[in-house]
Amino acid sequence: MKDKQLIVNAIKNGTVIDHIPAKSLFKVISILGLQEINNQITFGTGLESKKLGSKAIIKIADRYFLDEEINKIALVAPQAKLNIIRDYEVIEKRVVEVPDHIQGIVKCVNPKCITNNEEVKTKFNVVSKNEVALKCHYCEKITDQDRIVII
Amino acid sequence: MINKSLVSITDYSKDDYLKILQVAAEFEKNPNQKLLEGKVVATLFFEPSTRTRLSFETAINRLGGRVIGFTDANSSSVTKGETLKDTIKMVTNYADLIVMRHPIEGAARYASEVASVPVINAGDGANQHPTQTLLDLYSIKKTQNTLDNLNIFMIGDLKYGRTVHSLLMAMSYFNPTFFFISPDELKMPNEYKFFLQQHNIKYYEYRDFMPIISEADIIYMTRVQKERFSDPIEYEKTKNAYVLNNSMLENTRSHMKILHPLPRVNEISQDVDENPKAYYFTQALNGVYVRQAIITSILGMK
Ligand SMILES: [Zn+2]
Repeated sequence: MKDKQLIVNAIKNGTVIDHIPAKSLFKVISILGLQEINNQITFGTGLESKKLGSKAIIKIADRYFLDEEINKIALVAPQAKLNIIRDYEVIEKRVVEVPDHIQGIVKCVNPKCITNNEEVKTKFNVVSKNEVALKCHYCEKITDQDRIVII
Repeated sequence: MINKSLVSITDYSKDDYLKILQVAAEFEKNPNQKLLEGKVVATLFFEPSTRTRLSFETAINRLGGRVIGFTDANSSSVTKGETLKDTIKMVTNYADLIVMRHPIEGAARYASEVASVPVINAGDGANQHPTQTLLDLYSIKKTQNTLDNLNIFMIGDLKYGRTVHSLLMAMSYFNPTFFFISPDELKMPNEYKFFLQQHNIKYYEYRDFMPIISEADIIYMTRVQKERFSDPIEYEKTKNAYVLNNSMLENTRSHMKILHPLPRVNEISQDVDENPKAYYFTQALNGVYVRQAIITSILGMK
């Protein structure tokens, strides 16, 4: 418990994203484009979690996210929790919510879809949020939770 | 509807459907109306479909319009690697309306976003073929004098058949009762059954239609294809269970009609053709009137 506290509070200002399923860590990093920013980022994975089995945590110094940015990670980390840190204090906690529409990010599961055959950006309507199900705006096929591939 | 592309059957409302059917009935009475004089319609067939193309081109010709386009991708620049986007951008410069068929799913939706003129989807892979659905509606209305409260039998491949899926969605406005008759491997997918439950529409599933055939107002036949079965023995066992022949029609309702999107292989025996309950050839002819109605409605002439 003490250790966990330490991890969460170890940055002065920024965002801590907790309760990421361990297997989704790198997907979260890529969805948020963290590989392209120069902020100090630390992450831990393989951490014990009663809810998730094995979880990951990411700390990003001096960076805050808009809802629409962060909600994209709900596709791969629906139970993620955000701690907004200022001056070593958690000043706000947020949860993520699956958005109604998704552009880019996810590949359409249908190999015969135009988005997999020409340079067309994927677009989905979210038809279910608990068990995430995405309906392709183009081919109208459903990409469900288990088959989500991040571009 | 004016200037609005028709890509998916769900793009149009119930009122839109009814308007199209009404205009189509006018064209049936008087098919030669030169409303498209001076207009150019592009028919872009990225895969061949003679039946659909001839129907569209007949519709355009009867309206006095001009047709440009190609009949398969081999005769167009597509084989030189041109993107769909570029082809559509080019054609947009020449035509007032685009009719397109494409093997890739979602191609028509994408084209409608790229084009500055309306696009009519004449089939995009296994996805949508909305003009077929509208001609099915027209055929049902014409033969039953109503669309409401009918018993619709769908027989054969209900899993992959896009025409039955679109017809199901379109008919959902009219309180039908559906009877789905198919082999286990080709049952109606759950997403459509879920849709019906949400809309409080009754449906029943059967493996054999003979015990209930006397209930049918419309029998919509589809083809059961061998390649859809994972087990060839299963196909051999079931293939003859979904073939309609004339003697089976004895106890059917007098106004009952048999529809089929065509082409037929053997799922309706030829001895049915002479039966007045066989409607599939007239159904195909109705396609011309319905397409005339769709084209003129989109171009704001009706
Ligand atoms: Zn798609």
